Amino acid sequence: MTRTLVLDDVTKAFPTGTVALERVSLSVAAGEFVSVVGPSGCGKSTLLRLASGLDEVTGGGIEVNATSTSYVFQEATLLEWRSALRNVELVGELRGAPKADRRRRAQEALDLVGLSGFEKQHPRQLSGGMRMRVSIARALVAEPDLALFDEPFGALDEITRLRMQTELQSLFALKNFAGLFITHSVSEAVYLSTRVVVMSGRPGRVVADIPVPWSYPRPPELRYEPEFAALTGEVSAALGEHS
Amino acid sequence: MSAADLNGRPQNGTGARRRLVAAGAKVGPLLAAVAGIVAVWYLVTYVVLSPERRFLLPPLHQVLGTTLGNPNVMAPMLDALGQTVGVALSGLAIAVALGIGYAVVMAQSGWAEKVLYPYAVILQTIPILALTPLIGIWMGYGFGARIVVCVIIALFPMIANTLFGLQSARPAAHDLFTLSRATRAQRLFKLQFPAALPSIFTGLRNAAGLSVIGAIVGDFFFQQGLPGVGGLLRIYTLRLNMDALFMAIILTALFGVAMFSVFAALDRAVIGRWYGRGTP
Repeated sequence: MTRTLVLDDVTKAFPTGTVALERVSLSVAAGEFVSVVGPSGCGKSTLLRLASGLDEVTGGGIEVNATSTSYVFQEATLLEWRSALRNVELVGELRGAPKADRRRRAQEALDLVGLSGFEKQHPRQLSGGMRMRVSIARALVAEPDLALFDEPFGALDEITRLRMQTELQSLFALKNFAGLFITHSVSEAVYLSTRVVVMSGRPGRVVADIPVPWSYPRPPELRYEPEFAALTGEVSAALGEHS
Repeated sequence: MSAADLNGRPQNGTGARRRLVAAGAKVGPLLAAVAGIVAVWYLVTYVVLSPERRFLLPPLHQVLGTTLGNPNVMAPMLDALGQTVGVALSGLAIAVALGIGYAVVMAQSGWAEKVLYPYAVILQTIPILALTPLIGIWMGYGFGARIVVCVIIALFPMIANTLFGLQSARPAAHDLFTLSRATRAQRLFKLQFPAALPSIFTGLRNAAGLSVIGAIVGDFFFQQGLPGVGGLLRIYTLRLNMDALFMAIILTALFGVAMFSVFAALDRAVIGRWYGRGTP
């Protein structure tokens, strides 16, 4: 299995002297969905910025074997002067894809996230969950080998959040990209992932790497199984020891 | 008799009727304000001023009566208004182009802003009345000099609002463009500029009002060629022609309101689309 993303002994210190990450090693292979949980300020988001190339490491190395990487932000980050369809089209537009082609692909991506019929709506006319769906459609339209998620569901209400989790894992089952997902929520991490990586408080270090056994697609009721509770308990315990 | 008539308001009005009501809701407050001003006007004329001092504020109907029907007064006044409108619109157009251009250059880098912004502030802080005589000496007293005064007075809100708008795009949106390997031009035209549009419209409304002031100040000082409204104001003041003076003030106020309204409507039409109103 090819390792799509490899972080090798990565350290990130900021000019202010804050050490956000200390000797973090982590890899994500194609077909893997890895969640990173950790206390606030443990450098989870920094990890993603480094993996995407938005920031530079100060120690160690990063290897990305992907022709296309996409990034889903904490907030939907839609351009409010563009309709849903034109927002999804943006990435293709910036890369100079032909108009008919990028429009068809944007439409397919919107259909995939269940937003058929909302193409012409502007972001302010959509609910928080729908805006995040547009954001995910925009990430998927590039057919990424590597998809990075920075706490995308953190701002959503609980009901919407659970539904988005169910949708995201079925999209993952369908598209089979390598996924790296940052979250505060242990149950979200366990439900979505093939592996859960637990980080300590600042400076962030990897303190546990826990595999999740179930195959995809996963039914929403999985969350109420005793095995699910046992695994979230294990992750929470690892978190508790090191925060 | 339908249910609508019984309680005095339409329960299920037609589209046309609803549009009429909506238009009324928009225009209503403005009409009320005008009515308020007229009421105070008459109150001052007939209650506050004694008959021998009434010439200071002649009643509105007298102002309209002696001017509107008199071509000897109205013809030169309308010519002057046309001249002033020409100056204001030319000055505004130049201020908009210069202001947006200047802000775009400043938005390109932190040091460009640091170097260029003080000039804009200095321009803003010099009182225009201190500068106007000098402009006259340098540029003559005609159309060109008046436009320069107009540009100087209208420029700053365009620069400041456009710059603020260009910098208002959120960091995550910039990250998205960075990750998509967007060029500088793509970032400017597909992210920063559209994000700046609401602020640019705010700047436009302010600059439009100021350009009218600038044009009148220019007229007032520069008397060469066809007089503008500012020139007439001066003449009417010297002759103590109160009716014509008030008519000229009314006309400039109407022009200012018209300018403001046009840009407010343009603002609603463009930005309203973001909320899904108007065009699809």
